Amino acid sequence: MLSDYHFIGVFVLVAIAFPFLALGIAWLLRPKKPNPVKTAIYECGLETIGDAWVRFRAQYYIYALIFVAFDVEAVFLFPWAVAYHRVGLWALAEVFLFLGILTIGLVYAWRKGALRWQ
Amino acid sequence: MDWVTDFWIPVIKAIVVVLALLVGGAYMTWGERKLCARFQVRYGPNRAGPFGILQPLADAVKAIFKEEIVPHHVDKAIYLMSPGISFAAVLITFAVIPFGPQIDLLGRQIGLWIGDLQVGLLYLLAIAGLGSYGIVLGGWSSNNKYSLLGALRATAQMISYELPMGLALLSVVVLAGTLNLNRIVDFQGQWPLIVWQPLGFLIFFIAILAESNRSPFDLPETENELISGFMTEYGGIKFALYFIAEYTAMVVNSAIVATLFLGGWKWPAVLSNLHPLAGVALFLAKVLVVLFLYVWVRASCPRVRYDKFMRFCWKFLMPLAWVNLAVTAVIVALI
Amino acid sequence: MLEMAIFSILAVVAVTAGIAVIAQRNVVHSALFLLVHFCCLAGLYILLNAQFLAMTQLIVYAGAVVVLFLFVVMLLGLERARELPDPRRYQWIVGSLLGMLWVAALIWALFPQAAQTAPALTRSDNVRQIGAALLTDFAIPFELTALVLLVAVIGSLVLAKKKLEG
Repeated sequence: MLSDYHFIGVFVLVAIAFPFLALGIAWLLRPKKPNPVKTAIYECGLETIGDAWVRFRAQYYIYALIFVAFDVEAVFLFPWAVAYHRVGLWALAEVFLFLGILTIGLVYAWRKGALRWQ
Repeated sequence: MDWVTDFWIPVIKAIVVVLALLVGGAYMTWGERKLCARFQVRYGPNRAGPFGILQPLADAVKAIFKEEIVPHHVDKAIYLMSPGISFAAVLITFAVIPFGPQIDLLGRQIGLWIGDLQVGLLYLLAIAGLGSYGIVLGGWSSNNKYSLLGALRATAQMISYELPMGLALLSVVVLAGTLNLNRIVDFQGQWPLIVWQPLGFLIFFIAILAESNRSPFDLPETENELISGFMTEYGGIKFALYFIAEYTAMVVNSAIVATLFLGGWKWPAVLSNLHPLAGVALFLAKVLVVLFLYVWVRASCPRVRYDKFMRFCWKFLMPLAWVNLAVTAVIVALI
Repeated sequence: MLEMAIFSILAVVAVTAGIAVIAQRNVVHSALFLLVHFCCLAGLYILLNAQFLAMTQLIVYAGAVVVLFLFVVMLLGLERARELPDPRRYQWIVGSLLGMLWVAALIWALFPQAAQTAPALTRSDNVRQIGAALLTDFAIPFELTALVLLVAVIGSLVLAKKKLEG
């Protein structure tokens, strides 16, 4: 069992090493002649005004909040789906209740216009 | 500690699979350019070698020898790391996908997969979630307005497609009763899951189009509004890494679709029972079919506006996936 | 032996990353170290054979929660975060008191009479066991979780609405 994770661990290390190896090789081979014009920001030719790190519309983040809640829900459903064959109809009723409660949340968000992208 | 089983076999397996994925991704760039050209009645790359078959090699050499420019206004550590994260995450995703049966090699039993996890499906979801960091961080660290917009869109897109994707996978799990990908492939010995889950397949396919940032959902990079989105400030090998990450992601995602919905290496059993390599060939053929679908969609569909995409995901795809799951569960309970 | 080595590496990286989260001035760097920390925790869960928990850790914490942080940081803009004055000047006193309490609890836990280790997980299909337990023995907590999530969704909407209109 753990031996499968052993394989995956080795694979992960190789997979991480690979792109950084490519970066390293390119770093050794490529020419390096930077100048201020080359390293300038690539936006539109004119001098850029201000940093890009400015404030955007905060409304986006309601989506992110709802997403986290539903992500947790999805994670709870996976064990249910695996055990479903064993437990049968009772499991179906329980999960419908579970999903029903969460649907109220989605419907509420929908009705309140949180899912509207203005 | 037995060095052969504990060290050499995992290392060799990992290197072989990584190289295969790399070649697959590189040739996907060629394949897509060729196919797209054909869709548009052009020839596509045809100078480097017969049919332009050496084009990916030429591109790689060019990318490596390009002067690398690190703009002065970036967050340097994250800026340099991000393309690597992107590519590594794509490779790591492949770790649980079985691409063939267990074979007998030099007197050792070797399974044609990296790891046979009982939570394989969750592993796919988990690493898919981590993969978006490469794009988000790259866009943020560039300190470029276009890049940042690209990163924001990538995040917004991710939180929209992941839920329908998870729900579509849940209907698969309800049918197969396991999260282990080898068991899911076994389950499809008779019929592939697409027969029972046509809607699930469609939802999942749309979600992975968005996951690999492919047209019509290539919103983080939309070259005609955001220059090149999150990779605007990237050049040389760093750009190449992002580029090949995208194409390798297509290959890996196609492998996931082939495994979950098209029967993996097993279906039809008549063919895969002939020889272990026939199973691998079957798997490859399915991956190629899904890759063709990718290019076909790209050649046919215009890009959607991103607010429309989000509305589509939250208000249509998610309820649809929900209903699909409920109907699947009821049917399984009745049978 | 190998297990011990992996545990040590993961534990050291997890603690270092945890310290880095609060030591960093840059919010995005903090979020990244948090991500590293969460990934190490997932590794520790795998060593305990709590596979489902490990994947949940990756999906929910490393996937969703850190993305939420990054999203908010990107939306609000870093400049604003830098301008903020230190909101609570007495924070460090409360912090160090809680810290000492925690160290005391740790020392107490190291004494043998307090040490109650959980039974080791079986090496079989623990997702199915979790699912079966959720649906039978823990059915009510399972439904209550849905309620908690519902409250979370509605609560966040109400708070966000107030902020947006204000």
